[in-house]
Amino acid sequence: MALAESKREGRKRASFAPFLKTAGSSLLSVAVTMLGLLLVTFIIGRVMPIDPVLAIVGERASKETYDAVYEQLGLDRPIIVQFFYYISDVVRGDFGMSLLNARPVSEDIARVFPATLELATLGTIFGVLVGVPLGVIAGVRRGSWIDQIARVVALVGYSMPIFWLGLMGLLIFYGILGWVGGPGRLDIFYQDIVPTRTGMILIDSAISGHWDVFRNAFSHLILPASLLGYYSMAYISRMTRSFILEQMSAEYIITARVKGMSERAVIWRHAFRNIRVQLITVIALSYANLLEGSVLTEIIFSWPGIGSYITTALLSADMNAVLGGTVVVGLIFICLNILSDLLYRIFDPRSK
Amino acid sequence: MNVLTKLLTGAALGLAVAVTAVPMAQAETPPNMLVIANRIDDITTLDPAESFEFAGSDVSRNVYMKLVNFDPADLEAGYQPEIAESWTVSDDGKSITFTIREGLKFHSGNPITAADVEFSLRRAVILNKTPAFILTQFGFNEENVGDTIKIDGNTVTITTDKPYALSFVLNCLTSTIGGIVDMQTVMANEADGDMGNTWLKTNTAGSGAYSLVSWKPNESVTLQSNPDYYLGAPAMERVIVRHVAESASQRLLLERGDIDVARNLNPEDIAGAREAEGVKIYDELRGRLMYLSFNQKHPELSKPEVRQAMKYLVDYEGMQNSFLNGQYVTHQNFLPKTFLGAVDENPFSMNVEKAKELLAAAGFPEGIELEAGVREAQERIEIAQTFQNALAQVGIKLNITVGTAKQILARYRSRELDVYVGAWGPDYPDPHTNAGTFTYNPDNSDAAQATGLLAWRNSWDTGGLTEKTAAAVVENDRDKRAAMYADIQAQFRETSPFVVMFQKIEQAAMRDNVQNLNLGGATTAVSYWPVTK
Repeated sequence: MALAESKREGRKRASFAPFLKTAGSSLLSVAVTMLGLLLVTFIIGRVMPIDPVLAIVGERASKETYDAVYEQLGLDRPIIVQFFYYISDVVRGDFGMSLLNARPVSEDIARVFPATLELATLGTIFGVLVGVPLGVIAGVRRGSWIDQIARVVALVGYSMPIFWLGLMGLLIFYGILGWVGGPGRLDIFYQDIVPTRTGMILIDSAISGHWDVFRNAFSHLILPASLLGYYSMAYISRMTRSFILEQMSAEYIITARVKGMSERAVIWRHAFRNIRVQLITVIALSYANLLEGSVLTEIIFSWPGIGSYITTALLSADMNAVLGGTVVVGLIFICLNILSDLLYRIFDPRSK
Repeated sequence: MNVLTKLLTGAALGLAVAVTAVPMAQAETPPNMLVIANRIDDITTLDPAESFEFAGSDVSRNVYMKLVNFDPADLEAGYQPEIAESWTVSDDGKSITFTIREGLKFHSGNPITAADVEFSLRRAVILNKTPAFILTQFGFNEENVGDTIKIDGNTVTITTDKPYALSFVLNCLTSTIGGIVDMQTVMANEADGDMGNTWLKTNTAGSGAYSLVSWKPNESVTLQSNPDYYLGAPAMERVIVRHVAESASQRLLLERGDIDVARNLNPEDIAGAREAEGVKIYDELRGRLMYLSFNQKHPELSKPEVRQAMKYLVDYEGMQNSFLNGQYVTHQNFLPKTFLGAVDENPFSMNVEKAKELLAAAGFPEGIELEAGVREAQERIEIAQTFQNALAQVGIKLNITVGTAKQILARYRSRELDVYVGAWGPDYPDPHTNAGTFTYNPDNSDAAQATGLLAWRNSWDTGGLTEKTAAAVVENDRDKRAAMYADIQAQFRETSPFVVMFQKIEQAAMRDNVQNLNLGGATTAVSYWPVTK
C-alpha cells in the first residue's frame, strides 16, 4: 500500500516537474524579451533627434533654466544609470510621470488603451466573421467568380491608403448620409454620463443600462472599426484561402470524398478543422497589430487611443510616455503569443 | 445548424439590429453650449505659474482673473481693471499699489482677498517655472518677494528694481502668469512644499467666467460657467473644446453641426467651408511672426548692403497669395499689428535687380554657398524653398537643412547657422517682449550665452538699438513710448540682419449663429464669456 502511494507521488512529481520547467522557461523568455524591448526603446529614445528639455522649457528659455530642467530629468547621469533607474521603476509598475501633461503614464495608458481595445476587438470580430468564410469559400471554389471578388476585395484592402479610405468613409456615411456618428467616441450630449469601469464605452454603458449611450457609442465605433476590420479581413481571407487550398489537395480529403461524405462536411469538419491552428496565429497577429493602435485611423476619427498617444508623445519628446506605451504594446504581443500557444494545445492534440 | 453557423447568424442579426438602431447625427449643438474643435495636444499644465502654451492660455484666460486684463470687446484699449479696482504709482515710479475689488469670489466660494494676490504673484516667482521671467525681469526673486510684493489691508503693493513704464508692468500682469489663484484651496493641496504646483497642473482654483470640469489630455477640455462671475453669468453654460487634429475632420463636424467652431482648418478646407450653408469664416490677426535671420559671424552676411539685399530677395506677395493664402499677411516689423507701438510700414518687395546692385556694391563674391536651418514645418520649408529660388537668381546657392527642433534650434542657439527660417510669438502683450529679443543684446560675446535673445543668436551688435530698447521700457508716457518703438523699428527694418516677413492670421470657421467670439488678437487668448448663439 505504502509502495503504491509512493509510486503515485513519484508520478505526480514527475508530471509536475516538466510543467514547472515549461512555465519557468516561458517566464524567463518573457522577462528577457521585455528587458530587450525596454533596452532597445530606451536607447532609441536617447539617440533620437528630439529634446525632452526643450519640449518642457520652450525654445526661448535661458541656459540656466535649460540646465536646471536637464538635471531635474536626470539626463546628466550616465545613460546606463538612467536605464537602471528606469528599469527599477518599471518593475514596480511605475512608468513615471508624463513629461508633458504631468500625469502618471500608467493613468494615461489606462485611459487610452481601452479605446483602442474596443476599436481593435470590434475590428477583429468583423475581420474574422467576414474574412474566414470568404477565404474558405474562395479556397474551395478556386478560380470562380467569388474567388475573383475575394481577391479584388483583399487587394483593395491591402493597397488603399487608410487615410483616404477613412476620410471618404466619414464624408459619405457621416457627412452626406448621416448614418453614423462623426469623429470622437461619443456625441457631446452623451459624454460623462456613464461611470467609467472598464474604459470601453460599449461595455460600461451596457453594464449601467444606458442603452442610448450604447447606441451612440456604437454609431461612432462602427465606421472606424469596419475600416480596421476591412484591413484585417483582407489579410485573414487571403491567408485562410491559401491554408484551405493546401488542405483541399491533401489525400485525406480525397479519401473523405471517396467515402461519400458531403462536400460541406469535407470542408468544415475536415479541411477547416485542420487549419484552425494556423488561423489562430494569423488572427492573433492581426489582432495584435490593431491593438498597437492605428495612428492614422485614430487621427482621422479623433479616437483617443494608444497609437496616437504614443505618436504624440514621441513627437513631443515625452519619453516616459513612449516607453510606457511601448512596454504595454510589447506585453500585448507576448500575451497574445502565450494565448495562441494555449489554444494550440487545445486544438492540436499533437502539441500536448 | 452547427456552432459556427449559429455564431455567424447571431452576429449578423446583432449587427443589423444595432446599425438600424443608430440615431442620425444631431443637427446642432444646444443653445447654451459652445463646442469647439481645436488642437489641444500642446497643453502640458494648467498651473498659471507654469502654463506657456496656446491651448493652455485659452483655458487660463477663461478660468483665472488677473489684477488687470483685456476687454475682449475692445482689445486695443489695452489693460483694464479686473481684480484690481484701481492703482496708484509712487513718486519714484517703482511701486504700484493695487486696491482689490470688494465682493469677488473664487469658484470655491472663498472671497478674493489681497492675500490671494500676494500669494499668487510670490508663488509664481518662487516656483520659477518657464514663464517666470515675465515677473522676474522686474527684479523679483525668491529672496526679495517678501519685501517687493506685499499687502496692506485691502491693497497689494509691488516694488520693482527700476521705474519701469507702468504700461510695461501692467501689460505683463495680463499674461497667464498673472492669474490669481485661490490660496486656501491651493495650499490644501500642497505636496512636498510645491505650493500646490503638482495639483494645479491638472486642476484649477480660479475665479474667472468658467471653472474647469475636466481636462482629458489630447481628448477634451470641458468648462462650466461661473454663475457668480463679476460681469454676470456667461450665456454659454458649458464650453467643450474637443481635440480634433485633422482639418478635414474638423470641417465635417462643423458642416454637420456637431461643433460650433473649427479653429484649425487649412486653406483648402477654409475655402470649402466658406461655401457651406450656415458656416461663416472669421479672420483675426494673431501675434506670431515669420522671419529670416542672417548670422553676423559670416563675413559676407555682416555687410550692411548684403543685409539690405536679402530684404529685396523675399517674394512677400507671391508667398502671401499662394501657399500662405489667408493664413499670413505681409508684415515687416517686429511688433505685431495691434501692439502698442506697432507700425504698418512694409517698404520692401521682391526686386532682384536692386538686390544685385546692393550685392555688387558690397563686393559679394560669385558662387557662394549658404546654409539655412529650417524646422520640419510645411510652411517654413516652403518659405525656405522660395527664398532658395530667389537667391539662385543672384548667384547664391542656399542649402536647406531641415531638422527637428532639437537639431536646428541647438545650432541656432549656438550661433552656427548662416540663415534661419523662424517663427516668433510674443510672450506677453507688451512691445518689450519682441523688442527685448530682436533689438536687445547687451553682450554680443560668445561667452555671454544669451541664448534666449534672437539678436545674440545671430551675433548682431545692434548698433545702439540695445540702449534705445532699454530706454523705451522705462518711458512712462504711453504715446512717447509708442513713438520710441516706431523709431526703433524704422532703424531695425533698414539695418538689422532680420527679414520679418509675415504676421499670422487665424481663420476660424464657425456656425453662423455664433456671435462675439474673440480669439484674443495678437495680445491675449480666446474669450468664451461674451459668446452668444
